[in-house]
Amino acid sequence: MLAYLIRRLFAVVLTLMVVILVTFGIFFIIPKWTGVDPATMYVGKQADAQAIEAIRQKLGLDDPIIVQFWEFLRGLFVGRDYTSGADTVHCSAPCFGYSFRNEQPIWPVLTDRLPVTFGLAGGAAILWVFGGVATGIVSALKRGTLWDRSAMTVALAGVSLPIYFTGVVSLAIFSYQLDWVSNEYTEFGVNPGDWFSGMILPWVTLAFLYAAMYARLTRATMLEVLGEDYIRTARAKGLREPVVIGKHAMRSTMTPVLTILGMDLGALIGGAILTETTFSLPGLGQAAVRAISERDLPLVLGVTLLTAGAVVIANLIVDLLYAVIDPRVRLS
Amino acid sequence: MTTDSTPGPVPGPTVGKTSGTPAGKTSAVGEPVRPGAPDSNVFLDVRDLKIHFPTDDGLVKSVDGLSFQLERGKTLGIVGESGSGKSVTSLGIMGLHTVGQYGRGKAQISGEIWFDGKELLSAQPDDVRRLRGREMSMIFQDPLSAMHPYFTVGAQIVEAYRVHHTVDKKAAKRRAIELLDRVGIPQPDRRADDYPHQFSGGMRQRAMIAMALANNPELLIADEPTTALDVTVQAQILDLIRDLQKEFGSAVIIITHDLGVVAELADDILVMYGGRCIERGPAEKVFYEPQHPYTWGLLGSMPRIDRDQTARLIPVKGSPPSLINVPNGCAFNPRCPYADIPEDNRTRTERPELREVGSHHFSACHMTQEERTRIWTEEIAPKL
Amino acid sequence: MTTHRTSKRRLAIGSAVAVAALLTTAGCGGGDDKEKKGSGPGYNAAVGKIANPSEKKGGTLKFIGTQDADSWDPQRGYYGFVWDYARFYTRQLITYKPAPGEGSQELVPDMATATAKISEGGKRYEYTLRDGLKWQDGKPITSKDIKYGIERIWAQDVLSGGPIYLKEVLDPKGEYKGPYKDKDPEKLGLKAIETPNDKTIVFKLPKPNGDFEQMLAMPAASPVPKDKDTGSRYGQKPFSSGPYQWVSYESNKSMVLTRNPHWKKSSDPVRKALPDKVTLTLITNSDEMDKRLIKGNYDVDLNATGVGQAGRVEALRKHKGNIDNPLTGFIRYAVFPQTVEPFNNIECRKAVIYGADKKSLQTARGGPQGGGDIATNMLPPVVKGSDPKYDPYGALENNGGPDTAKAKEALKKCGKPNGFETTIAVRNNKPVEVATAESLQASLSKIGIKANIAPYDGSQTPGIIGNPKVVKSKNYGIIIMGWGPDFPTGQGFSMPLVHSKYILNNGNNNYSMLNDPKIDAKFTEAEAELDENKAAEIYTEMNKMVSEKAVYLPFVFEKNIIWRSSRLTNVYTAHAYNGRYDYSALGVVK
Repeated sequence: MLAYLIRRLFAVVLTLMVVILVTFGIFFIIPKWTGVDPATMYVGKQADAQAIEAIRQKLGLDDPIIVQFWEFLRGLFVGRDYTSGADTVHCSAPCFGYSFRNEQPIWPVLTDRLPVTFGLAGGAAILWVFGGVATGIVSALKRGTLWDRSAMTVALAGVSLPIYFTGVVSLAIFSYQLDWVSNEYTEFGVNPGDWFSGMILPWVTLAFLYAAMYARLTRATMLEVLGEDYIRTARAKGLREPVVIGKHAMRSTMTPVLTILGMDLGALIGGAILTETTFSLPGLGQAAVRAISERDLPLVLGVTLLTAGAVVIANLIVDLLYAVIDPRVRLS
Repeated sequence: MTTDSTPGPVPGPTVGKTSGTPAGKTSAVGEPVRPGAPDSNVFLDVRDLKIHFPTDDGLVKSVDGLSFQLERGKTLGIVGESGSGKSVTSLGIMGLHTVGQYGRGKAQISGEIWFDGKELLSAQPDDVRRLRGREMSMIFQDPLSAMHPYFTVGAQIVEAYRVHHTVDKKAAKRRAIELLDRVGIPQPDRRADDYPHQFSGGMRQRAMIAMALANNPELLIADEPTTALDVTVQAQILDLIRDLQKEFGSAVIIITHDLGVVAELADDILVMYGGRCIERGPAEKVFYEPQHPYTWGLLGSMPRIDRDQTARLIPVKGSPPSLINVPNGCAFNPRCPYADIPEDNRTRTERPELREVGSHHFSACHMTQEERTRIWTEEIAPKL
Repeated sequence: MTTHRTSKRRLAIGSAVAVAALLTTAGCGGGDDKEKKGSGPGYNAAVGKIANPSEKKGGTLKFIGTQDADSWDPQRGYYGFVWDYARFYTRQLITYKPAPGEGSQELVPDMATATAKISEGGKRYEYTLRDGLKWQDGKPITSKDIKYGIERIWAQDVLSGGPIYLKEVLDPKGEYKGPYKDKDPEKLGLKAIETPNDKTIVFKLPKPNGDFEQMLAMPAASPVPKDKDTGSRYGQKPFSSGPYQWVSYESNKSMVLTRNPHWKKSSDPVRKALPDKVTLTLITNSDEMDKRLIKGNYDVDLNATGVGQAGRVEALRKHKGNIDNPLTGFIRYAVFPQTVEPFNNIECRKAVIYGADKKSLQTARGGPQGGGDIATNMLPPVVKGSDPKYDPYGALENNGGPDTAKAKEALKKCGKPNGFETTIAVRNNKPVEVATAESLQASLSKIGIKANIAPYDGSQTPGIIGNPKVVKSKNYGIIIMGWGPDFPTGQGFSMPLVHSKYILNNGNNNYSMLNDPKIDAKFTEAEAELDENKAAEIYTEMNKMVSEKAVYLPFVFEKNIIWRSSRLTNVYTAHAYNGRYDYSALGVVK
């Protein structure tokens, strides 16, 4: 198990290195190929050659790409200084880069926005896992009944409806029309009640989309598992049906659900863009949208890396959980 | 389906003991009437069992009017090709067609299954559940898929034991190790904590047997217990079943497509074809005086060590019948080389009844006993 | 302020329109009474006059926006709303008069006791500071702080992005290297500014410039205390000389300002400072922003980009009393680079000008309210010397429709009687501009001109259409753009567009490549003129000369539909702030 863990951790580090390299390449090499000077993207309207040169220097754009990459990596662990002329800005570790658009290190921006996205993804995940899995199980056990068919129709609608539709409609009804919940994000620390009120619609909307997928996945997996020989064995032992379903069938059904959950949660860290935009939640997704529209490349790079890191780490956690659940993985 | 002329309660030949005719009809409402004479040792009495599955293509008649009896401590071999209804029968006895069948495709089951004085088909599902694993248990064909991959072998045996016994985990674990030891697994205390995939095929089947025997059942159903195993292991497992049967005193139903498997094990043999019984009788009779062309075919395809392989294999030609559109008359007629022997084309129009052709020996064939004896002794037996 | 002003809107226009319909339907059901109660003092109540005049203090003034500042550093901000908002926490020697509309264009003393004492033929400007000027830490604001703040403009290597007018006027040769490279121990080495004592500041211009005080009214001329200067990071938390100080700021998210306890009304005749607190919330979804404004969660759209398509229907129908529709000072136009054939021929340019359907272009911009008035020439009405009635190409004739006859005649004279083929370059991130390009394409096809639309990455504007080589190689014969004045004079609006010295290899704004010494001379003449009315006359002539060159096709004098919350007091739109409200005058208690 320890060897497995070490192997996996090594793979994670390697993956992240590749991600950093690729993202870095996209942002810093491609502009060179296309002939657009990245430095010009950070200066204002009347910026003169002097300003552009200063930014080139500050960004380290004149250095070979390998040196830039090394500096970036080093910054992640020990921090780094951005110097242009007389002005030096320190970016302490972990230095995910420095936004010249907003004149601030990236990491504090990420950590400021991460809790919002975590809150969104986490709350929604709780809803959709419970809702989706429960629906899927009941549908599987009542296969072919009216309940099953209506649940699966709703699920199909859930998968098909885009969040900016369900989100805007639910906001219009429950917030603007009925005034049941808040239309704004409040920080938890400021007022937990308002935070909750503002998060309900995003949670439900996001969870609706995912619950639909999870319900379908759970139903299909459960049906497959129920056809397994070991389920028949469990019944042949004289186990009660709730035990057969709840213990034997669930254990196997949860495996793919868990896999998808890990990936979804990882991807949501940077990818809840539509939800965050629709509900104007100041999370990472919104920061990403903003960063892209403003060509704030260091911030885009930071969000990309954080997302990649989240996905990779979520995958690692899933794999480890997998090993806990499935002895065949653990022991092979 | 035209000539479905199965009579009411078929005179079910008692497996093992000679005397047993069932005690007439049971009342329709399932009023418990103990089958057999008071001194009878019959404890399993299956009467006119029908198990049908509705599908989109039509009604699949997997079992269509099967009757037999089994005495305590005896062994019955149910033989037939795949799709003949033998596994469905065993699951039917276990009551596994009625639990866990969610939504569409629920099996339609009729007839009676008397188990130790209780009629199972009309009993409360939970009462049947309480019998499962304790009074009757089952060994499956592929132990790898039949054991839960996520739980240790020990835990699965412990679970089987604790469903029916209120004992603490430690005691149950001791019981599990003891059972593993009994079925011949070395270092059972260690192996109990291993997962099924860490066992070899033979060891896995031994563990499966240990699990089935955890509660000392009256009846052990072994559904193709050796099919998934290689030949040398097969023999060991069969020996084990035989030894354990003696030790535990359980009655055993062995279900197999291979007559060889039951040759040395079974007291009686029941041959199924197309959801029905076509021949049934004491093992030595079925082996040495088989009275149905299908049985001949099965014997012909049975590998024997004492003969030259290439010379003697006479497989049954053709494929098993559709269970949705069972052929008229004798279900075996399309494949039977002797279908034209009986007069008036009866083979194709009239379903043959099970008739007593010897002492406790029954066969469902339109041919006369003379014709069958002649063909067996002159044409078939010499080639085997 | 130019390309940056309008913010990035419209994440999902399609869905927004659909939902707008839904919202309007839903709105009819119940909430009408509640909404009606809160209706404001009337449509355009804050245009040209003060809506809800009040002197009552207290409450929280809540801004919302979809676009954060380019920088809140007074020396670095260039977005129009920053110049308006910055006066919450900065002060200047002189500033715009707190008055509605045109009145705001007058310069009045702020930290100075009076407007400049100008001498030496317009080359020496002297100001005396008021008493009682205090930083947020209670220290007095001195003339040295003002000099230091202005010197920061020279440090373009560290503090890029802001307007550099003062640098170009005071030190055109760039001899001073900025305070960070200054050898002077006090970092006050700029020779063009003198601070004989803490209360006096003197500017010495190498040559006169009539708009010099306009430049001093920009936030770029705000004081910065040397010991509080954090260099490039100063915009994260500027030190306040104005009535409010920074409490917190998360970029693209939120800002909170509270009263600067050391600011005294007695020392500031300009700022009302009515609210106790000013907050700013930034989100990305502009439709959501409009809804929150309409619901009453917020008071003002910081960016004043105008109520979007989705909210406009509801706002105009049910809350017209909360709407103002001011001129922004912007002109939306098409420009013809003379380097691209056949636009080297004036007759071909005229053909496009005559052939364009101005009414349809106005509609594409959003109609008379959302888009603005059909423009007749290239000087917006907010600039002195402008004359919207000057209509050399008959834009208003025929109800804004095209003059096909004249267009065909021009084509003949150009030697292309059957028309020609060309390319319209348009920013891909501005749906409205793409719509105008399509409108232009449609009307031009009627006179035989085949115009292909080429959308380009709007964020790369300076490197694409700002690069004459790229423009020529891509055959961009027609470029669609917008422009607003940095300060409301001919110099502040037209110079970068038409002066030959603004033809640059990169970041060019003189897209037409207009290079006429006579036009350049008009600017020199006007700059030297210290009487603004006389200068205005010169710009009128300049504008006529530009019009005769037929390198511009103006679409509209832009107007905007902006939301005014019902509780806002002391509200008026100001020419000096591109038609935005004068933020420093706003209050929330009636």
